[in-house]
Amino acid sequence: MEALKMENITKIYPNGFVANKGITFSVQQGEIHALVGENGAGKTTLMKVLFGMEQPQEGAIYVNEKKVKISSPLEAIELGVGMVHQHFMLLPSMTVAQNVTLGMEPRKNGLVDTQKAVQITQEMSDKYRFGLDATARVGDLSVGLMQKVEILKALIRGAKVLILDEPTAVLTPQETRELFEQLKLLRTEGHSVIFISHKLEEVMELCDNVTVLRHGYCNGTHPISELDAAGISRLMVGRDVVLKIEKEDPKPGKPILEVRNLTRTNAEGKKTLNDVSFTIHEGEVLGIAGVEGNGQSDLSDSISGMVSYDSGTVKLNGKDLKGMKIVDIRSAGMSVIPEDRMTVGCVNDLSVQDNAIADRFDKKENMNGIFLDKKKAKSITDALIKEFEISCDSQDEAIRFLSGGNIQKVVVAREFTSGANFVVANQPTRGVDVGTAEMIRKYLVRQTREKGIGSLLISADLNEILEVSDRLLVMRQGRIVAAFPKANVVDVDELGEYMLGIRTMTAQEMEGVL
Amino acid sequence: MNIRLITSFGFSVLRLSTPLIFAALSAAVCQKAGLFNMAAESMMLWGALIGVIVSGATHSALIGFLAAVLAGAVTGVLIWVATVKGKADLMLAQIAINLASSGGTIFLLFALTGEKSNSAVAIKSLALPKIAIPGLKSVPVIGPILSGHNILTYGAIVAAILLSIFIRRTKTGLHIRAVGENPHAAESVGISVPRIYLLAWTLSGILGGIGGAFMSMGYLTSFTKDMVAGRGYIGLSASSMVGGSPIGAMFCALIFGVADAVSNQLQLTNAPADLVLMLPYIVTIVVLVVISVINYNRANRKAKA
Ligand SMILES: Nc1ncnc2c1ncn2[C@@H]1O[C@H](COP(=O)(O)OP(=O)(O)O)[C@@H](O)[C@H]1O
Repeated sequence: MEALKMENITKIYPNGFVANKGITFSVQQGEIHALVGENGAGKTTLMKVLFGMEQPQEGAIYVNEKKVKISSPLEAIELGVGMVHQHFMLLPSMTVAQNVTLGMEPRKNGLVDTQKAVQITQEMSDKYRFGLDATARVGDLSVGLMQKVEILKALIRGAKVLILDEPTAVLTPQETRELFEQLKLLRTEGHSVIFISHKLEEVMELCDNVTVLRHGYCNGTHPISELDAAGISRLMVGRDVVLKIEKEDPKPGKPILEVRNLTRTNAEGKKTLNDVSFTIHEGEVLGIAGVEGNGQSDLSDSISGMVSYDSGTVKLNGKDLKGMKIVDIRSAGMSVIPEDRMTVGCVNDLSVQDNAIADRFDKKENMNGIFLDKKKAKSITDALIKEFEISCDSQDEAIRFLSGGNIQKVVVAREFTSGANFVVANQPTRGVDVGTAEMIRKYLVRQTREKGIGSLLISADLNEILEVSDRLLVMRQGRIVAAFPKANVVDVDELGEYMLGIRTMTAQEMEGVL
Repeated sequence: MNIRLITSFGFSVLRLSTPLIFAALSAAVCQKAGLFNMAAESMMLWGALIGVIVSGATHSALIGFLAAVLAGAVTGVLIWVATVKGKADLMLAQIAINLASSGGTIFLLFALTGEKSNSAVAIKSLALPKIAIPGLKSVPVIGPILSGHNILTYGAIVAAILLSIFIRRTKTGLHIRAVGENPHAAESVGISVPRIYLLAWTLSGILGGIGGAFMSMGYLTSFTKDMVAGRGYIGLSASSMVGGSPIGAMFCALIFGVADAVSNQLQLTNAPADLVLMLPYIVTIVVLVVISVINYNRANRKAKA
């Protein structure tokens, strides 16, 4: 029987972005159904529609073959749809039983019947072999067990369809194997599971069917038995419209940035960078491709001095950056277009002018004694607004009133005119309009070619990474797993296989390209 | 020191702690719901004034007391309306309400009686009864310390115990804690966050109102200008130190009560009066620093382990 069907779902966000375009997808009772797609393909959006967190512009949802309207998560839960979010919704100071029964606590004599709550939680946990102690404090549990608490929360509310959003991203291999066993047990009990993942080997091992999303479209539902990992990867990764950027071949000069054996362990104890080494020369763009969350952000933050690392060296223009203050790193020749422009790239409430000159207002030539030279500040900003075609009512307007594209232009304008000879561009065109994206890409290429600066481009946009980069590296699980000398001739299907873990290059194959 | 001095000191500690305990409980309810209650001061001030006015008008201490409770609750609900319905900033709303209450209570007093700083002459208000505990009364040392207090002194201890049970054991109490810890998690299982906030502010207002009633119908028997004198803030500190646990907050309030009593005793000597008056507040700062150093070390040790 069809446990669930989503028919012709179209979701347009208020900013006009079409995240789901006519997607139809159905899940049988007692199956584990994979939902795969690149970052930004629209998986989360589709699941938010299913869970009542977003309303679609078009389309219908059927649960047990009955048409339903789901306008809030509570209604979804009523209908037997449960979701385990990537970020857990738990109360660390309370016990497992309290978390699981929250909002539906058993009562006796007007007080919460703690014993009963523990009993039903424990029974449920034992039934599905979750191995939880119902009286343990959630804050003391491992991440893997916290996830079990979340699943239990959904099950105890009667979920028949369980949505798991990248559940293995936070798990150790051992925990992953356990989770799979438990999900299979749920399947035999007649539950359906929607499993969102990037890891194809997991999809192959666990799931019955796979639905592939690409750029908001549905690229079909296929039985796993008819596909291999490479087949799924080809369905997932692809360029619908091939963008071309005209540029001559690079003439790399002397090395600017040298990264050697960079290793970092994050606060959760996970190795996010594992022995990463590469060099970037004058006049070239080095691209880093990869599924998001494979260490790219930590790489950019380690290089730009935002976070510290365990071991290894980062040298810029021959200077070791370890332990240096960010101001000093910047004056050593670094500029950064950060991934998150709203929190790191600019100060929302400050004016366009303040943001545009944030890195140079304290330079001697821009000061008038101890005061800021207002005239100078205005003329610098005017020049940037003109050159980068930033549209704003006035340069005194708070930057948050600008569109995403224009905010990014301010950041890009500042970073490209800071006088640095190296730039880290982390997802520089994410969420900006097509015109601005094209301008930023061309600017990046022009700066490298004409001014001879070195650039590191990190991007999840395949078009961008293949066309803008000269050399291309692929990152996976904190390591460099592939290196290509010429990015614009790389085959997309092959790239996908490296990104998704189907293939890995040996050190010999990568030699000379790093 | 003779016995009489010890017992009178002990007695005054309990008496002085009573309003602090109510203030601390008022802050504790809010803290458990994840709200920062700076307005216990206002709740108490209105409770104190309305208690005096109504008991004077009705010649009933009980009705006066109930009116004081209501006044506190209304103050709490007002903060909820401003911040949840009106989306005002919580801190600014509370600062505004504190300033408005300090002036507003005097204005109302003046409008009704023509007095500007004290209600004693104009309003014949009543006090809440004192209770001698039979049996306990005649036990040496302990008897004179524990017996013969205003009914609200015992009420404070009972309130702390009841509040503790409410927060830990009832469904609603659990929901308050859930909202305080992670509103999104609470919302995701169907708990209405605004409703919990309303409940927390109302309860907090009631406790503040009772504290105020004690000030003007027990501790003193009249209303005087700004008579709460920072007790709301001391209560807030007491609650913050123990993470909003009602019983813990009560004991913290007792420590401040001791400081208050010492300061009162010293005023009888020829120690510099201004310095002596600072004592309770200095103790607050010292205890806050000590507690946060302890917590910091504990967190550090935990992080290393
Ligand atoms: N609230 C939103 N407003 C506008 N655009 C959004 C919003 N949420 C997501 N998007 C955009 O929709 C696209 C699909 O996102 P998402 O569904 O999260 O993809 P996935 O889960 O496959 O990575 C992305 O390009 C993202 O930027």
